[in-house]
Amino acid sequence: MKRTKPKRKSATAKAPGGAGIVTERIREWLDTHTFHHSQFSNIVQLVEQKRKSGVTISLCIPTLNEEKTIGKEVVLFKSELMNRFPLLDEIAVIDSGSKDRTLEVAASFGADVYRSADILPEMGDKRGKGENLWKAIYQLKGDIIVYIDADIKNIHPRFAYGLVGPLLFHPTIQYVKAFYDRPLMFSSGVRPSGGGRVTEILIRPLFSLFYPELAAVIQPLSGEYAVRREVLERLPFPIGYGVETSHLLDVHTQWGLDAIGQTDLDQRVHRNQATRDLGKMSFGILQAFLSRLESHTVLKDMPELGSVMRQFQSHDNHYEPVEHLIREEERPPMIEVPAYRKKFGRTR
Amino acid sequence: MGPEETMPETPINVIEMLPRIRAASDEMREILVANIVMIGEIPAPTGAEESRARFFSQRLNEGGLLHCFTDPMSNAFGLLPGTDGRRTIAVVTNGDTLVYETTDQTVEVRTDMLVGPFVVDNSLALGALAALPELFDKLQIRLRSNLLLLMASRCQGRGNLDGLKHFLSEARVKPDAGICFEGVQLGRLNYSCLGMRRGEIICRLPDNYNWAQYGNTGAIVPMSDVISRIGRIAIPRRPLTSMILGSIEGGVSYHNIARQAVLRFELRSESAEILAQIEEQLEDITEEVSSTFGIQAKLDIFAKREPGGLEIGHPFVRDARAILAAMNIQPMLYPTTSFMNALVAEGIPSITLGFTTGERRHDLDEIDETAAIGPMTAGLAQLVAAIISMDQELSNEAD
Repeated sequence: MKRTKPKRKSATAKAPGGAGIVTERIREWLDTHTFHHSQFSNIVQLVEQKRKSGVTISLCIPTLNEEKTIGKEVVLFKSELMNRFPLLDEIAVIDSGSKDRTLEVAASFGADVYRSADILPEMGDKRGKGENLWKAIYQLKGDIIVYIDADIKNIHPRFAYGLVGPLLFHPTIQYVKAFYDRPLMFSSGVRPSGGGRVTEILIRPLFSLFYPELAAVIQPLSGEYAVRREVLERLPFPIGYGVETSHLLDVHTQWGLDAIGQTDLDQRVHRNQATRDLGKMSFGILQAFLSRLESHTVLKDMPELGSVMRQFQSHDNHYEPVEHLIREEERPPMIEVPAYRKKFGRTR
Repeated sequence: MGPEETMPETPINVIEMLPRIRAASDEMREILVANIVMIGEIPAPTGAEESRARFFSQRLNEGGLLHCFTDPMSNAFGLLPGTDGRRTIAVVTNGDTLVYETTDQTVEVRTDMLVGPFVVDNSLALGALAALPELFDKLQIRLRSNLLLLMASRCQGRGNLDGLKHFLSEARVKPDAGICFEGVQLGRLNYSCLGMRRGEIICRLPDNYNWAQYGNTGAIVPMSDVISRIGRIAIPRRPLTSMILGSIEGGVSYHNIARQAVLRFELRSESAEILAQIEEQLEDITEEVSSTFGIQAKLDIFAKREPGGLEIGHPFVRDARAILAAMNIQPMLYPTTSFMNALVAEGIPSITLGFTTGERRHDLDEIDETAAIGPMTAGLAQLVAAIISMDQELSNEAD
């Protein structure tokens, strides 16, 4: 079927008449902005493209007590993508205060290791993965930063080159997300889309309601993505569960859907989370999401949001609440931090 | 030696080169670990080694080797051409691993060791072979002989070295010397092979078995008779001979008569005559038990290797001992039943060396093995030194 390129429509198109246009737009985007890691497995070619582009690339691994998996991640990326092929210029572990030997193991295999609290100390120290990601923008040197979680058992160089590839070969793409378990290029037939529980029950319905184009991002919560610094430094960072969701909303709102790409990385083996933990995660994501609805003026006059998530447990023959205080604090866009502008010679 | 220098025609002292080799090898730690992890996580059960072979071959190709191919048996190989190329040294390791494709083959990297399913046998040595081209490049050494790096398929269990045998039978030019590289243990130096018979004795009930007759006890009691008769075979101490009864299985529950029992064994000996004698005795035992109990007893020997190898005074052995001694590694000399046997059977003078220290497991329910990272660079340096000294010996012969 021949497709004509539709004009950009409001992200919040909800009318039935607009639904078809959104669907067409999504199809077009899926065709042009969805990749498979194998498209970028010729690393010599990637390195050449990187040289032509004149960019530098940093890899950031945020950690908290990851001594069991961090060594393998560091040694594989360092050996394959720094020593053998100079694709990465820097591998850094940014740690939230591990009590185990995470930093020692990472350093022993050649990573640069930093404690999050030691970076921009004048900005204070907050607990959360988003804090590490945000401080990485200041600490790391690369024009492109690749974020990869530290708990991946089946880590492979494709986790980095599969995300960097679209940025090197498609100058209009700014932000590339990973997705998994869907070998698009090597299987046929109809298969369900591949998000986790929170994605399918919470995120995709919310996107479909308010940002329908973003529903095409197959795994919006994946912790692996590569971003150009010019975009990264202009994104606010929720420090907790909402960081990935809010990034997508902000990139989409400021730069449009075509600034986003996604890469199929095949399988990712990692720890499974209990449903109760996913409940807390959803609560944090909702906080970030609803605050975006307000700041993007999608919804007006939002009531003040609560910050206590209540779950319940039975005790003898009665039920009792278990309360979790979850407050999605946000860091401002890094470009607003004077020390950053000074270090990188940036202006607002 | 200067950059891109070829091995000189006058003998050099490889022992004097060792510090330089060690230093270059020490820089290879991360590459070694990464190679081992990436190779070890590609499933390669015996007979299905294609994916691992492709990866290994690609690595050799990226390392600048020539003629990097995989053959129809999924052997993978590449050639580093020598300056005169009159002789060829093969460095060989097995590429198959005793793990099903569905098993989680994740390799865990700790600060001092690797842990994973059968990582010791033999992802370790494959990782080292894949790193060799870069190490030679770092050292800027060019051998006079060709160097053939070979991942051999179908070596384990019922594979019976079929991949390696196929490669050697099909090779246009046979290697003139071989180094078999095993994951563990660093310090091993095998220069001779024990002969071996690996097989099963299967006791099976015939279709017309009389289930109702009191005293008919199924396949297990005849199998116990087989075992007790094997126990009465005189196993000589000299020449060194051993009979390993490795596994027995049969039956399904407490009260059902077992329809089948299987005994798995491995017979090893320095003497081909003794192997033949004992094999004949095993045939007699199965026939006797078969007729005594009215069951079908069958001897199935699916792997046969004949003894052979080098003398301890052979220059390859002498040089390897000197290298190990110079590196303060205690040599462990003993005969082996490993894949070196296929080279020896083709008349290719060979030795076997080990890469690092580690723990092998043979328990069915515990497949994780551990390999120490620390000694790996010494193991790699030892291999390079052995290759260089072998190159010199071959060049001297050719001259």
